[in-house]
Amino acid sequence: MQFETVIGLEVHVELKTNSKIFSSAPAHFGAEPNTNTTVIDLGYPGVLPVMNEKAVEFAMKAAMAINCEIAEETKWDRKNYFYPDNPKAYQISQYDKPVGEHGWVEIEVNGETKRIGITRLHLEEDAGKLTHAGKHSLCDYNRQGTPLVEIVSEPDIRTPEEAYAFLEKLKAIIQYTEVSDCKMEEGSLRCDANISLRPVGQKEFGTKTELKNLNSFNFVRKGLEYEEKRQADVLSSGGTIDQETRRFDEATGKTLLMRVKEGSDDYRYFPEPDLLSVIIDDEWKERVRASIPELPDARQKRYMEELGLPVHDAKILTMSKEIADFFEATVAAGAAAKLASNWMMGEVPAYLNAEGKELSETKLTPENLAGMIKLLEEGTISSKIAKTVFKEIIENGGDAEAIVKEKGLVQISDESALLKFVNDALDANPQSIADFKEGKKKAIGFLVGQIMKASKGQANPQAINKLLAEEIQKR
Amino acid sequence: MSLFDHKLTEIQSMIEKKEVSIPDLVDESFKRIAAVDGEVKAFITLDEERARKQAEDAQATGKTGVLSGIPIGVKDNIVTKGLRTTAASQILFNFDPIYDATVVNKLREAGTITVGKLNMDEFAMGSSTENSSFQKTRNPWNLNHVPGGSSGGSAASVAAGEVPFSLGSDTGGSIRQPASFCGVVGMKPTYGRVSRFGLIAFASSLDQIGPITRNVEDNAHLLEAIVGADPQDSTSANVPAENFAAGLTGDVKGLRIAVPKEYLGEGVSEEVRQSVLDALKVLEGLGATWEEVSLPHSKYGVATYYLLASSEASSNLARFDGIRYGYRAEGAENLIDLYKKTRAEGFGDEVKRRIMLGTFALSSGYYDAYYKKAQQVRTLIKKDFEDVLESYDVIIGPTTPTPAFKIGEIIDDPLTMYANDILTIPVNLAGVPGISVPCGFAENGLPLGLQIIGRHFDEKTVYRVAHAYEQATDFHKEKPEL
Repeated sequence: MQFETVIGLEVHVELKTNSKIFSSAPAHFGAEPNTNTTVIDLGYPGVLPVMNEKAVEFAMKAAMAINCEIAEETKWDRKNYFYPDNPKAYQISQYDKPVGEHGWVEIEVNGETKRIGITRLHLEEDAGKLTHAGKHSLCDYNRQGTPLVEIVSEPDIRTPEEAYAFLEKLKAIIQYTEVSDCKMEEGSLRCDANISLRPVGQKEFGTKTELKNLNSFNFVRKGLEYEEKRQADVLSSGGTIDQETRRFDEATGKTLLMRVKEGSDDYRYFPEPDLLSVIIDDEWKERVRASIPELPDARQKRYMEELGLPVHDAKILTMSKEIADFFEATVAAGAAAKLASNWMMGEVPAYLNAEGKELSETKLTPENLAGMIKLLEEGTISSKIAKTVFKEIIENGGDAEAIVKEKGLVQISDESALLKFVNDALDANPQSIADFKEGKKKAIGFLVGQIMKASKGQANPQAINKLLAEEIQKR
Repeated sequence: MSLFDHKLTEIQSMIEKKEVSIPDLVDESFKRIAAVDGEVKAFITLDEERARKQAEDAQATGKTGVLSGIPIGVKDNIVTKGLRTTAASQILFNFDPIYDATVVNKLREAGTITVGKLNMDEFAMGSSTENSSFQKTRNPWNLNHVPGGSSGGSAASVAAGEVPFSLGSDTGGSIRQPASFCGVVGMKPTYGRVSRFGLIAFASSLDQIGPITRNVEDNAHLLEAIVGADPQDSTSANVPAENFAAGLTGDVKGLRIAVPKEYLGEGVSEEVRQSVLDALKVLEGLGATWEEVSLPHSKYGVATYYLLASSEASSNLARFDGIRYGYRAEGAENLIDLYKKTRAEGFGDEVKRRIMLGTFALSSGYYDAYYKKAQQVRTLIKKDFEDVLESYDVIIGPTTPTPAFKIGEIIDDPLTMYANDILTIPVNLAGVPGISVPCGFAENGLPLGLQIIGRHFDEKTVYRVAHAYEQATDFHKEKPEL
């Protein structure tokens, strides 16, 4: 039987407000356990929440960026459940009046674009963090009360590949709005996935399973791929799918049963009596809307139309606002767009990956990168030298031109100077001359290599090729 | 005669004339507590050393203000930094707060000296203070009777002369009913008048802190000191503090009083009914007029209240789980077991009853029939009050249907106990202010209370009427023999 896969995603994004959503404690990642807390975060008797307006504004911004309709009145509800990471035993969340509803995100898979619906975006407080140590568990409430938006997609996703593309796009959009870092490794972006299968042509959804512990977009894809196959196998052999929560196991790439869901959990939602509802008037909406920067799709289009970049380049560059901003600043500093793009997609990420660093942690600036690219474009340095200069400026900073001068890295294009290198190489390698004359064109490559080595990479390769061809004929 | 038989302004002038010192006042308080609290049992915790030290300091700095240097008792559900706060519950038997409630900060600024924490029904759930995990407070007028509740310690301590005033909290009558039972003055302000920050929540949409005093004027002074918008309480209203005492003119000429027929009907004892009619005569004599009106939905008040208050309580009390503070059961096998044991052992029966009721009312499938329906009825009750108060200045009726009952008399009959709040609950549901002032004595010698209810944020009129009535009568001058 042929099955159609139906996937819906629930994405939690932490907002990077200075303080928490209902207390004045700092909302930053990485502090000593329980230092970023007040009596409110600890759920002490008698405390009351006070709403951080910035969190609402950030949520509005994110909701607008994914094309949601913004509520005129949004309110708070209590979601009741017992767990030690939840100090009040209820989470302040939004039940029936979320900040945003009915949005969409456009993705592109295999050259085709598709809209994935967004059911809703609501605000809530994050929980604390438990560390299990032998017979004990330790509670750290630093994260408690960090503002969080939950974004729920429609079940519009049909393949794990689309799920991956959706997450990439959603992350890019949210990062552009600068309301979150969206770092999965720090937990500022988390994703759960719902997946079910149905026979092709059937309207009703099949029974879904929920996947948890998906700690990277790749794991989301892998988990869904595994689950898609598992469900197909079960259904094909006449079995049925149980509604259950499954955990993705990174080591084996499999999904494992966590718990079977019996009906839906009863969180006993009711309106939070300690907070007033929030009225969002047009003036506020417009003010927030005006603060949304150009988003990835618009920027991609502009790079293609105005800078003449190929679609592939424009897409890759605009996936991260940080990279795109850096790229634009490099072009603004005088670098040719395509060359800047090549470097931003090639050497820069290669270096960052190898070193495990963020771009902001290096000494590379749009100015020194543009300086280097200009030298390359003018032929002052060779591509090979450029790599040396790049390593220097990304590690130690400084002006490319000054470095080239100081270290004597200027490309040698002067014919008389190059002629000496050429003749030295020919003198030292009579066999290569013989090989060449017997039709072995590769011999030229060896000779060029020898000359580049002797000139410490400074010889202009095009000029060398020309001179070699001339001189070899004379022998 | 006790120092505390004087009203605050008189005590202040005695301090000014150096007839009495602040340490004398605090000493008077602790002496009286030592003499009578063994029987009355109003206090759970005393803070004698610190109070005496504060008294010395206050005397030395010589600050003046109507509340400066006056000893006060604070209900034990209002958190006090470094001073044990239990809400009369085993589950907080060892809880020493690390912060002060907003009202406690305001009192400190006003110069009062906290002598201790007052007994109450556990988590303010009850009408007799018999639900305290620690002790049963007794009515100073007759030790076999309850002081009312849940602010039973607050009312009894004032009636017994242990402190000149105290703070209570009122969710469905918990200030007014014990004030009525103990023959003192208790005000439940408009919802939002007084910050709830630091009040251990029972039912967040109903809870209000308010003053209990021996006379109306003192009550007005104490309320003035604790009102005001609080950035830490989003439900506190941005209504400026008022000099309520300045409005106590004694003049009620032309005042229009509404008397709800539901407040003098079935279930209200004859002597209570008569005391209210007598009080209305007094007010008529002062130039006010009264008419019978109807609050048609008030008969649903008790049912509505027990659904809403219990629903909120089931969520508010969920944090008492043995993880971070308070009581933790021994010998738990796992997390769920720890929760179950801690809460089973830490909470008393009435609290458990309400948690279960509230949990049920909020459950999916029942929410619409109970919680949501109750919210709708609450809106109707509120509208009843607003409609009446459009044409009348105040609403007057009894505070309670009967005088104080005997200890143990109805503790095993929760519904009869709940019905005791039938006349006070609608006021909380409507969010309007209400006061109880002494209006006579029952045949058995126990005090009766007159309830005066006003418009939202119109405590000034409520006080003016209460004061005019009080000054025209002598009931507030009577003291229990202890």
